Amino acid sequence: MLIKKPTDILSSEITPEAIYHARRDFMRGAIATGVIASFSSSGVFADPVNVATDLANAGPDWLSHLIARAKADQQKLSEPLTPYEHVTGHNNFYEFGYDKTDPAKNSQNFKPHPWQVDITGEVAKPGKYNLEDLLKGIDLEERVYRLRCVEAWSMVIPWIGFSLASLLKKFEPTSKAKFVSFVTLKDSKQFPAQRSSLSTIDWPYREGLRIDEAMNPLTILAVGLYGKTLPNQNGAPLRLVVPWKYGFKSIKSIVKIELTEQQPKTTWSQIAPNEYGFYANVNPAVDHPRWSQAKERRLPSGLFSPNIIPTQMFNGYGEQVADLYKGLDLKKFY
Amino acid sequence: MPVIWRRALVFIVSLFPLIYLLSKVFTSHLGADPAKTIVLFTGTWTFYFLLITLSISPLKKLAKQSWLMLHRRMLGLFTLFYAGLHVVAYLIFILGFDFSSFGSELIKRPYILLTIPAILLLIALGATSTQSMMRRLGKNWVKLHKSIYIIAVLAWFHVLLQVRSSYADAVLFGTLTALLLGVRLFWFLKKRTKV
Repeated sequence: MLIKKPTDILSSEITPEAIYHARRDFMRGAIATGVIASFSSSGVFADPVNVATDLANAGPDWLSHLIARAKADQQKLSEPLTPYEHVTGHNNFYEFGYDKTDPAKNSQNFKPHPWQVDITGEVAKPGKYNLEDLLKGIDLEERVYRLRCVEAWSMVIPWIGFSLASLLKKFEPTSKAKFVSFVTLKDSKQFPAQRSSLSTIDWPYREGLRIDEAMNPLTILAVGLYGKTLPNQNGAPLRLVVPWKYGFKSIKSIVKIELTEQQPKTTWSQIAPNEYGFYANVNPAVDHPRWSQAKERRLPSGLFSPNIIPTQMFNGYGEQVADLYKGLDLKKFY
Repeated sequence: MPVIWRRALVFIVSLFPLIYLLSKVFTSHLGADPAKTIVLFTGTWTFYFLLITLSISPLKKLAKQSWLMLHRRMLGLFTLFYAGLHVVAYLIFILGFDFSSFGSELIKRPYILLTIPAILLLIALGATSTQSMMRRLGKNWVKLHKSIYIIAVLAWFHVLLQVRSSYADAVLFGTLTALLLGVRLFWFLKKRTKV
């Protein structure tokens, strides 16, 4: 469905209204916080983080131009988008800290540009490429996807990106390429939590996909969201988005993509193999040992009007991906 | 300062976390997932109050400040109060009062299951915290109230079993609990060897 031939309508012509509303809500929030802050001398309620992040995340011109030309998503979900302030204010990006609000706070000085990605392993054209060169000849498009976190909350996010398959094909994977492994930047100067000795994570963060999963048209690499450059706390400048898998598969700030013959090691499946599998497909029938996966809190979920909805198999993308797992026991290969 | 004033002060200060939380609720500053935030916040403060309560008698002994003992009961009751908020917040905001799933949740999740004895013990301690109950229970009162040690250990396991990305909380609470229980064990053993 999403593979339809792209039209020549640009997202900049179609989405502004949604973005505009989101921006307006966001700005109104920012103004309100400003007002409250000016009344309370203590400044307890002042939260300039979002505003500052916004300015810091402008990104280079070449990228802004590409993003402005992105094609609109033709089959937008009917579900409402999660507001921009929550998409960029509620993140699991443990390199920046362990609270949901840490990434927005601690990513101010992160430098996503210039950026290089090492493409290596079972490809005919390995090498270290500048992000700008990687994106050459690739058309960006908007994809509105559900994001289901393994912690039982979820969002709907309008990503800007391109299919991973279109990128991988450029480097000509060999016949031995059975898996794709991804690695996040390791740099404790920019990622404060990588310095913590109490972390359970063995940095750098690693993820992986089977080659057919990587080549599925739903799998994208994102460079933006809400019509703008990807904010640092969302994994700038380049992150994976695999909408039918739990959020932790969608690795952020990628510096290395390796095509391999063997199944790569992935961070969470190494920390707690009984809780996080390699596949990590969204599956309401397989509980996390510490909580049920049958339902999810679609954010924002108010206190007195909680937005708790049933979780769908493959996060609702079964039609596009169920075939990949024919004959696989998903209770065993969770 | 007269005792009554000090008590009033302890009471008001102990309400600060709740006031802070309510201010966040009413200004919608709890972020996208307020349910999780509230449950985490009330749980964390339950543990803080438990540790503060447990530190009173060692402080009395070490700093020779016996007046502290006059406030221990209230601090203990605030531990129960925040624990109650924690449980209620979980039942309302996480479970959404869906008790059909509560039973199965309980059995499958040891970190939730072990809070039941902890909460029941806390309630028992709260219910027997009055002067008349102290008199009525006599020596047994002390024995019963030593179960606060069990509660502390259960609370620590509750944290430990939820470790995911960082050991920081488990180490923090574990160290403080171990210190407060360890010093008691040390004194107990010292007293025994003397006798």
